[in-house]
Amino acid sequence: MELVLTSLLFFALVATAIAIALVRRLFAVVMLAGVFSLLAAMLFVLMDAVDVAFTEAAVGAGISTVLMLGTIALTARSEKQPASYSLVPLVIVVLTGLVLIYGTLDMPNFGSPDAPVQQHVGPDYIRKTPEDIHVPNVVTAVLASYRGYDTLGEVTVVFTAGLGVILLISGLGRRPRRRKREED
Amino acid sequence: MAIDFDIDFILGHINYWLFVILMLTGLYIVVARGNLLKKIVGLNLFQVAVFMLYISMGKIGGGTAPILTGNPDEVYSNPLPHVLILTAIVVGIATTSLGLALIVRINESYGTIEEDEILELDHQKSQSEIIKVAKEASNDS
Repeated sequence: MELVLTSLLFFALVATAIAIALVRRLFAVVMLAGVFSLLAAMLFVLMDAVDVAFTEAAVGAGISTVLMLGTIALTARSEKQPASYSLVPLVIVVLTGLVLIYGTLDMPNFGSPDAPVQQHVGPDYIRKTPEDIHVPNVVTAVLASYRGYDTLGEVTVVFTAGLGVILLISGLGRRPRRRKREED
Repeated sequence: MAIDFDIDFILGHINYWLFVILMLTGLYIVVARGNLLKKIVGLNLFQVAVFMLYISMGKIGGGTAPILTGNPDEVYSNPLPHVLILTAIVVGIATTSLGLALIVRINESYGTIEEDEILELDHQKSQSEIIKVAKEASNDS
């Protein structure tokens, strides 16, 4: 049952991704990106990552869609027809794919409990969380307490990005456009 | 490297290969499409595929989400990849918003968000500057 659901979701994801590559209207591209995030969130739930799923649904399907819609409103509505199609990107992508698949051959089977990932820190966190943190959700405990410095670093990144965005688009529309100035 | 491609191996690895396919669709959009907004969307697809690969490594067959139930026999999936990916999602939206702000700024300066048109405009500008410098040099002599 789980395998059927996973493969269904997966084919929906690939179809959405290919549609994003083909569609030219940017509004449709942004909406499809939101659909993609929502499908990805469902797949995360199937893989037991509920916290990741709701973050992905809120951030990927929510905030980023809004930001992209804002960008479309300020820039262009549709993509230009390319002058020529080239085979080079396809070749690059296929080569990269072959290398990546070669890299997965050494990996342990999906869902195997004796994989190296499952041996050290993860089980420790699960065992110690009830005594140390008294929170039933282990992800919260690790995020806010055991690896709190990571979260601090994350906040720094978000702050820096916000600063960058403000510097880039402050005074938008007040600056004279270069082309207009040349015409005057 | 000796690997026997039996049904167990294929079923245990097919999810990794599927995520690779998804990742490559994103990479193709980034490389092949000239529209800057579409490049950002492609980058997001790429990123989500990497997240899926990470999350799938933490999954234990028959396990449940790492929220303690009090049942001592319960098997929990590994919480550590979830934490790392939560951080990555938030950092991802921060970089996406910075990229979108850059697109808005580029559109303000160039009047287009197509890569080839921007390169063409840059080319014209550098050509006209070369002509200007050449003229000044000939006036000086």
